[in-house]
Amino acid sequence: MARTITTRRKMTFTILGWAIGFLIFFPILWTFLTSFKTEGTAVATPPQFLFFDWTLENYREVQSRSDYMKHVTNSIVISVGSTLIGLALAIPAAWAMAFSPTKRTKDVLMWMLSTKMMPPVGVLVPLYLIFRDWGLLDTRIGLVGVLTMINLPIIVWMLYTYFKEIPGEILEAARMDGASLMKEIVYVLTPMAVPGIASTMLLNIILAWNEAFWTLNLSASNAAPLTAFIASYSSPEGLFWAKLSAASTMAIAPILIMGWFSQKQLVRGLTFGAVK
Amino acid sequence: MGSITLQKVSKSFGTTSVIPEIDLEIDDGEFVVFVGPSGCGKSTLLRMIAGLEDLSGGRIVIDGKDMSNEAPAKRGLSMVFQSYALYPHMSVYGNIAFPLKMDGQDKGAIDKKVKDAAHILNLTNYLDRRPGQLSGGQRQRVAIGRAIVRQPKAFLFDEPLSNLDAALRGNMRLEISDLHHQLKTTMIYVTHDQVEAMTMADKIVVLNAGRIEQVGSPLDLYRSPRNVFVAGFIGSPRMNLIEGLEAAKQNAVTLGVRPEHIRISKTEGTWKGTVGVTEHLGSDTFIHVQVDGVGKITVRTDGDFSTEFGQQVYLTPEPARLHRFDANGQAI
Repeated sequence: MARTITTRRKMTFTILGWAIGFLIFFPILWTFLTSFKTEGTAVATPPQFLFFDWTLENYREVQSRSDYMKHVTNSIVISVGSTLIGLALAIPAAWAMAFSPTKRTKDVLMWMLSTKMMPPVGVLVPLYLIFRDWGLLDTRIGLVGVLTMINLPIIVWMLYTYFKEIPGEILEAARMDGASLMKEIVYVLTPMAVPGIASTMLLNIILAWNEAFWTLNLSASNAAPLTAFIASYSSPEGLFWAKLSAASTMAIAPILIMGWFSQKQLVRGLTFGAVK
Repeated sequence: MGSITLQKVSKSFGTTSVIPEIDLEIDDGEFVVFVGPSGCGKSTLLRMIAGLEDLSGGRIVIDGKDMSNEAPAKRGLSMVFQSYALYPHMSVYGNIAFPLKMDGQDKGAIDKKVKDAAHILNLTNYLDRRPGQLSGGQRQRVAIGRAIVRQPKAFLFDEPLSNLDAALRGNMRLEISDLHHQLKTTMIYVTHDQVEAMTMADKIVVLNAGRIEQVGSPLDLYRSPRNVFVAGFIGSPRMNLIEGLEAAKQNAVTLGVRPEHIRISKTEGTWKGTVGVTEHLGSDTFIHVQVDGVGKITVRTDGDFSTEFGQQVYLTPEPARLHRFDANGQAI
């Protein structure tokens, strides 16, 4: 008897799991499908699911109207650049907090995290003015800088939790073996933390890739990443659902592919410390 | 050379004093064991010698040079940790070579030294493996290998055997003693296990609550413990400590007598008692006897002696082997 109940429960949970998964995935699927419809079928009621005239017209149109490659390059430069600079700053910071903590370390960590709780729009005006005065508006350097700063707390936190898992005795052994602080970090700490650093890097690239608030407000065309590219197909010229969908699909494709190949690292990164 | 001198060394964390003030001389080539119950400060003391823990006061002199404020690597000491602390991402070879690489030695020299160490420690066949693929004993040998390649002035061992099972511990004990005879390098060894201390040390330092209770050779400590703490800590099974009338008869507040220094008889003796639990070890038998007016007494006798629970027996302590202590617990 017990066995049948387990099987039934298993089935229920499996179906439930798939249902929730499908629900979460549905908007992406719908965007993808819509991108192959004409503007007419895109807004048709009742909505057409699979049986419509598939067309690549939207992609052609989007490609001719805007420079997709320029936006992709900007997105890559901004997301990868801000993540790498963030890591370079966060590794020593997390090392210090994990291995030579003071009474205030927890407070510093909380303070760093608290900056993420403030609505970004609260500092938009001052930041915008600084960018204007320093000539950083619509530049990649400016966007790399601002995204480094807004994601730094998350990078530090993630690395801190990883580093905490590394036994301090190993670093002490390195110190006894004659490693300087720099060599200790390069030869011992970093290689041991590679899985952690990799998943932190992946997650932050995704976060920076999808970041829209700052990229939209601080860039116009030269440094505009894919978020701005998508946004240019929304409201001002009326509703172009199919073209917007095609732009969206093109914008999320690179990051989706990267996420697909690195999903093992990502899941490990996100659930790290949950199960020891 | 590897003589180490501690001069008025003290340590406190905030307002809590862990080690009040310690003076100690360790001669070149000596095997010194710090022993004491957990929390007595023995590991902290070792880490202070290593340079992993700052001093709150005093000086540490190694080979005549004040090293109190030097970085760990500059002190010329090697350490073997309780958790082995191997680098998991490096092979056995990489682990043993690491200190030499940090020292900037050339590849040929490193290779020779690593292979020599591996040969001494029976690790030659495992040089390509990662620490995760080794057994506990092998890992400990890698940790020792990493320590010996540097040819340090002294080795520091921080409870290196406590993660191993009993049989392996016995073997490794011998191996470390053997290594000491081969290398003749100063070794400082921290343990809470008095058997390790007795079997390995040239000199034992008994620590309690951050203070040195007694320093001496294993047999010194066994034969003439300076106080009740050392008397109770050194020797297994523990020394019987008797208070009250029996002690007063000997002009002492506490009377100590080791289980092996009590004769047991079924017919006659000084103290009459009732047999409780009997532990047969084969070679020896430990008999726990409840003696009226004295208390619970442990007796060690030969393996063939048979008793039953509740049987009446007579105990006679050897008068020459009695230890007498005053009200402060000091030997009289």
